Amino acid sequence: MTTCCPAPIVAPPAVRHPAPWLIGTAGCLVAWCLVYAVLEPAATGLVALMPIEPGSRLAGAVAFFVYDTPKVLMLLTLVVFAMGVVRSFFSAERTRALLAGRREGLGNVAAAALGIVTPFCSCSAVPLFIGFVSAGVPLGVTFSFLIAAPMVNEIALGLLFALVGWKVALTYLVFGLAVAIVSGWVIGRLHLEGWLQDWVRTVRAGAIDLPDETITLVDRIRAGIDAVKDIVGKVWMWVIAGIALGALIHGYVPVDLVAAVMGRDAWWSVPAAVVIGIPMYSNAAGILPVVEALLDKGAALGTVLAFMMSVIALSAPEMIILRKVLTTRLIVVFVAVVGLGILAVGWMFNLLFA
Amino acid sequence: MKQVKVLGPGCRRCRTTAEMVQTEADRLGIDITIEKVTDYADIAGWGIAATPGIVVDGKVVHAGGLPKAEDIGKWLG
Repeated sequence: MTTCCPAPIVAPPAVRHPAPWLIGTAGCLVAWCLVYAVLEPAATGLVALMPIEPGSRLAGAVAFFVYDTPKVLMLLTLVVFAMGVVRSFFSAERTRALLAGRREGLGNVAAAALGIVTPFCSCSAVPLFIGFVSAGVPLGVTFSFLIAAPMVNEIALGLLFALVGWKVALTYLVFGLAVAIVSGWVIGRLHLEGWLQDWVRTVRAGAIDLPDETITLVDRIRAGIDAVKDIVGKVWMWVIAGIALGALIHGYVPVDLVAAVMGRDAWWSVPAAVVIGIPMYSNAAGILPVVEALLDKGAALGTVLAFMMSVIALSAPEMIILRKVLTTRLIVVFVAVVGLGILAVGWMFNLLFA
Repeated sequence: MKQVKVLGPGCRRCRTTAEMVQTEADRLGIDITIEKVTDYADIAGWGIAATPGIVVDGKVVHAGGLPKAEDIGKWLG
C-alpha cells in the first residue's frame, strides 16, 4: 500500500521506433550487472580505508551498511522495473472482469494470484474495493485480492530472493498466497456483507466497456521506468532506515539474545512478532534488511516471516483507508483472521524447518 | 463543448490527469469543461475499479494510471 499518489510524470514525446528503447534497456541491464559484480569488493575496499578497527562491532555494522545500501537499491530498481513492465499487461478492470461472479474457493485462489500482478495503489484501494464488490465479486474473494496485493508484492519477493535466497522467497510466496486465500475464504464464509458501510451496499456500478488504448512495447518499457521513478523515488528513505537498523542488529545485537527472543524454542515469539508487526508500517524494501540481519543472527525463519507479513499486510494507515468502506466490526474481523493466518504460518514454519 | 469528468479521490495523479486533458484540449483547439469527481460513491457509480478515470460526454474512456496524450486526443476528437 505504498504506491499512492506518485509525483506527476511528464511523458516524454512519443518515440515510435522501439529499437533505441530496446538497445537502451539492454545497455542499462549490462551496466547494472557490471556494477553489481564489483559492489562487494568495492564496499570491502571502502570499509578498509576507514579508520575503523577491523573485526570490531563497528566494522561489522559499517560493512553491512556500505554494502547493503547500493545492493538493495540496485535490486529494488531492477525488480520494480521488471514488474512495471509485467503490470502493463494487467489492469484492475480486467482483473475484476475475471473475478466477477466467481464462486468462492477457486475465486479466492484467482484473486490472490491476480493480486500480485494487478497494478494497485493505496489511492485506488477504496474505488477498487467498491468497484469489485458492486460488480459482483464476492466479498471474500475481494478480500483475498486486498490481502495478497500488498503482502505478496514484487519488492518483498525480489528482495527476499536476492538477500536471503530462493527457498525463502518461494516459501514466502506460497504461504503469503495461502494466508490471502484462506483468510478471504473464511471472511466470505462468515457472510459479513451487512457489515460494510451502508453507502457501499447501495452503489450499483454499471458494466463499462473501455475503448482499447494503444499500448506498444515502448509504452511497456516506459511503464517500467515510470514505476522505478515512482516507487524507488518514494521508498529509498525506508530502505536506508531499514538498512541502518539492520546494520545495528548486525553489529551490536548478540546472537544469544536473538536466539533467545526470536529463536525456534521461544513459542511465544511468533504471536509477539505478529502483535508488534500489525500496527507497524514499513515498505517491504525497508523491512527486508532487518529480516536479513535477524536471520543472520539465528532468528527462526517462521518468526521472522510472520513479523514481515504482519508489518507489510496489516498496518494502521491501511485500516484508516478501509474504514471508509468497512465498519469497525468488519475491520476487527479482517485483522483477526489475517493475523491468525500469519500466526499459523509462523508456527508451522518453526515446526517444519526445525 | 465536451463535458469531461476526471474521477479520482484528489490525489496527485488525478490532478495531473486533469491537467493533461486540459493541455491536450487546448492544443487541439477543442472546447471542454472539466469536472473533478472526488466522492467515492460517485466514482464507484461510474463502474471503474482504478483511479484516475476519465469520462467524456457520459462515457468512461479510461481507468487506472495516467493516460497517454495521443489517446486523450482520440477521446476528445
